[in-house]
Amino acid sequence: MLTAIDLTIAPGELVALLGPSGCGKTTLLRIIAGLETADAGVLRFGADDATRLTVQERRVGFVFQSYALFRHMTVAANIAYGLTVRPRRRRPTRVEIKRRVDELLDMMQLPGLGARYPAQLSGGQRQRVALARAMAIEPRVLLLDEPFGALDAKVRKELRHWLRAIHERTGLTTVFVTHDQAEAMELADRVAVLNAGRIEQVGTPREISERPATPFVREFLA
Amino acid sequence: MSDAGVPTVLLSPRDVASESAGARAALIAVALGFLTLFLVLPLAIVFSEAFSRGVAAYLTALLDSDARTAIALTLTVAAIVVPLNATFGVAAAWAIAKFDFVGKNLLITLIDLPLSVSPVVAGLVFVLAFGAQGVLGPWAAAHGLHVIFALPGIAMATVFVTFPFVARELIPLMQQLGSAEEEAALTLGATGWKAFVTVTLPNVKWALLYGVLLCNARAMGEFGAVSVVSGHIRGLTNTIPLQVEILYNEYDIVAAFTLASLLALLALVTLAFKTYLEWRFVGAARRRGAG
Repeated sequence: MLTAIDLTIAPGELVALLGPSGCGKTTLLRIIAGLETADAGVLRFGADDATRLTVQERRVGFVFQSYALFRHMTVAANIAYGLTVRPRRRRPTRVEIKRRVDELLDMMQLPGLGARYPAQLSGGQRQRVALARAMAIEPRVLLLDEPFGALDAKVRKELRHWLRAIHERTGLTTVFVTHDQAEAMELADRVAVLNAGRIEQVGTPREISERPATPFVREFLA
Repeated sequence: MSDAGVPTVLLSPRDVASESAGARAALIAVALGFLTLFLVLPLAIVFSEAFSRGVAAYLTALLDSDARTAIALTLTVAAIVVPLNATFGVAAAWAIAKFDFVGKNLLITLIDLPLSVSPVVAGLVFVLAFGAQGVLGPWAAAHGLHVIFALPGIAMATVFVTFPFVARELIPLMQQLGSAEEEAALTLGATGWKAFVTVTLPNVKWALLYGVLLCNARAMGEFGAVSVVSGHIRGLTNTIPLQVEILYNEYDIVAAFTLASLLALLALVTLAFKTYLEWRFVGAARRRGAG
């Protein structure tokens, strides 16, 4: 379904994959994560050929559209999951894990919610737990699938600014998928516009809005 | 068995149905009457007949050597069949809920097949396959395997009859859960097995346990399929249901009902345990869902 995808993302960049539903942006994100395999092509993380790495080895922080929080675990256990499933010799001690979880709860402005279950949280809180869980493994790259898709308009706006702030603080290379052009333009350093499995244009929000490369981009942004 | 829940639902005060009081009373009377006639009464008769000549006669019938063999055989069969079908059920439900593959609909249909095939036919299939004239019979005989009229045949027939129970409990739940949580576990570094143990199993454990209970109850109570493959050898290949039939046909009523009471007891324990599980399950879900 995807063709002609050639995209280089600089370390620390915040990139949006923008396009109508069904254009292949989520598929591209899942291929980067290793949840799906491309029939052809190469994916590199820096100098490493990530095409050969399994999903576990890629160490990406993936935030799912529906958050996919573990419903039978507390918020703290959710965030700690990526650390507790490590093989014993690479697993941090319990004290270290707790410290890391507290740190992330703090950063995500979720103080005191560690003992709650996901069903007891609001949409915005769940989203931040999902983000904290993804960041706990110190990912090479953060991938977000429609990060604000399930939230109402007001929370959406707030979280947008907040995500930008988190990004600036952590400096994590981040790719997010959205169908909302305002969101992409406001949040991202660079935007890749996708249509029917192809990248139509890559550029800064300003470049894209001032000089749309194809009729599709012009129409989509209108 | 879930019919037991009908009257409580109707009696619930929150149920603001538009029926008149008379219609409601009539409905309740019909439901209760039906339950009494077809469930409570037979159950009561089983126990009253079993104890009709006192506790001593009951115990004598229970400790009879053929009865003890039948009980042991039934427990052995359940101990073989239930783990097999639990494993199969989880694997099948996993495959159906999480993957798309050619023949998926065929697999779903096949899982339901034992529910639509008469157990007698199921038993006959194994006799035809492993009997002396069967396709695999000579091969089994050459390797010294006694399948028909022996434990392997009984276990196989029971596996066949009971294999939908666990799978059917799990498939709808796993389909509804989807695979996002497992995918999340994988991206966080969990191996497939670890994701299964830490994410999938906890999410389906109550349904799995419930399926196992149903599977166990049926495995112990199966008559038709086992009857065909067992050969009814007293003190050797008779399970509890078969022994009940033999005793009954010989007019040994107390002994027949004594063994039958074990099966009835199994049903009651299963039902009680299931109710307890549902209570626990709903309670846990409510605690988590609060707020």
